[in-house]
Amino acid sequence: MEWLLIGIIFSTFFILGSGRITSCIRAAAMQGALLSLLPMVVRGSLVDPHSLGLFVGTFLIKAILIPFMLFRSMREASIREEIEPTVSLHLSLLAGGLVVVIAFSGVFSRLPGANTPLIVPAALSMVLLGFLLLVSRKKAVTQVIGFLVLENGVFLFGMTLVKEFPITVEMGVLLDLLVGVFVMGIMIYHINRTFDHIDTTLLTSLKDS
Amino acid sequence: MYTWAVHFFLLLFLPPFFLGVIAKTKACFAGRKGPPLFQVYYDLYKLWSKGVVYSRSASYVLRMAAPIIFSVILLGGLLVPVVGASPIHFEGDFILLAYLFGVGRFFTILAAMDVGSSFEGMGAAREATFAALTELAFFLIVVSLVAMTHSTSLSGMLAWAKNHFLWAPAYLILAGAFFLILLTENSRMPIDDPTTHLELTMIHEVMILDYSGPDLGLILHGAAMKLFLFIALLTSLFWPPTETSFWLALGSSVLKMTGVAILIGVVESANARLRLIKIPQLLIANFVATAFALVIILMGKG
Repeated sequence: MEWLLIGIIFSTFFILGSGRITSCIRAAAMQGALLSLLPMVVRGSLVDPHSLGLFVGTFLIKAILIPFMLFRSMREASIREEIEPTVSLHLSLLAGGLVVVIAFSGVFSRLPGANTPLIVPAALSMVLLGFLLLVSRKKAVTQVIGFLVLENGVFLFGMTLVKEFPITVEMGVLLDLLVGVFVMGIMIYHINRTFDHIDTTLLTSLKDS
Repeated sequence: MYTWAVHFFLLLFLPPFFLGVIAKTKACFAGRKGPPLFQVYYDLYKLWSKGVVYSRSASYVLRMAAPIIFSVILLGGLLVPVVGASPIHFEGDFILLAYLFGVGRFFTILAAMDVGSSFEGMGAAREATFAALTELAFFLIVVSLVAMTHSTSLSGMLAWAKNHFLWAPAYLILAGAFFLILLTENSRMPIDDPTTHLELTMIHEVMILDYSGPDLGLILHGAAMKLFLFIALLTSLFWPPTETSFWLALGSSVLKMTGVAILIGVVESANARLRLIKIPQLLIANFVATAFALVIILMGKG
């Protein structure tokens, strides 16, 4: 349990610190895989059909489908490899550390229903780190990855509340996310077709070039 | 008194062996035969039987530097628990250890600047920058260990680990972070290449270009001893000997240290050196990881 949570947070650090989009997407896929193991561990049963179904669904969507689509939209929009953050990578790593310290500072760990004391701060720090990624990156693809991390944090929050979380609700959340990424993938493609780039800072200028 | 003598003897005569192990591992990976295991001892002997040449532009600082660096590292070595408790230990001795290494680094940098070569000045600047970044992570690691063990001396931390060693996640993060600090402090591969003498990106080697004869021997021996001390700290803090007999514990510790040396060799063979501008980022990531481990420990759930 602790191992999974710490692995998830570490993969977020990796996304924050790495300078290449492909390794970011791989880390996000890795994070999805770790996250999909979590329901089974939380329920403490490996063969219970409900959690098995949840595992398969989450794994397929978070670790295979979404990374695949991100890679595809990267290829189609012919995006360059390097990340150009608005804040330097050093600073965003340090800010990430600060955010985690705040999330773990103990104020928020008193939520009821948590199976392990680590899970609420971990979920909170994931949400905040995802938000940090979302605001500190320029390219649309990296912003999608930030959104993914944020959504994973929400999923983790869900973990704290479930004893019997109806499967339809969870599937609904996952499908929501998938549709979101799907739409963003298409959007990226269209933005790229229309503007020749996907740099979101340039989208605000009204020049007709 | 007896363990004191053994500790001193180990400190003086064991370090070059680990350099040999690392070189041998790297040679194995490259498919070569490599230099013999005891090559560094031959090198030291050769250097000791030579004379010294000083640059005409060098002042007394360069003449003083090598003995000071060596003795400071030797003094630090007396604080490090290699097997069981160290000869000298008191509350807060890790601060003295960190600053003894700091004094050694200070004199290395000062002597490099003393010669007046811009090339050596560049190495000095790099060393100072990276040292500043590793020191942060080093102190955070020690603070985490203090928080875990409620003891502020290195020997006390070791005694705790002897009783309560466990594969807690935070513990492994700390060990990994300490390994990276070991690589940085001893200018090993992903950070700096200890064998090159040609490129503009080297850090430690460029600062010792002006030493010769016994002085160079002292520097080389001091560097080997520093590496040995870091390896000893890593093994005795994170995987201490559990044997009760002194000699058995010594044997198992030396085996573990050889294992760490082989690990360093593997890391050096598997990684290319990082670009110089990427190194601060790696060190900051290391610092953030240790901060994370500290936070987990302070939550009491590590």
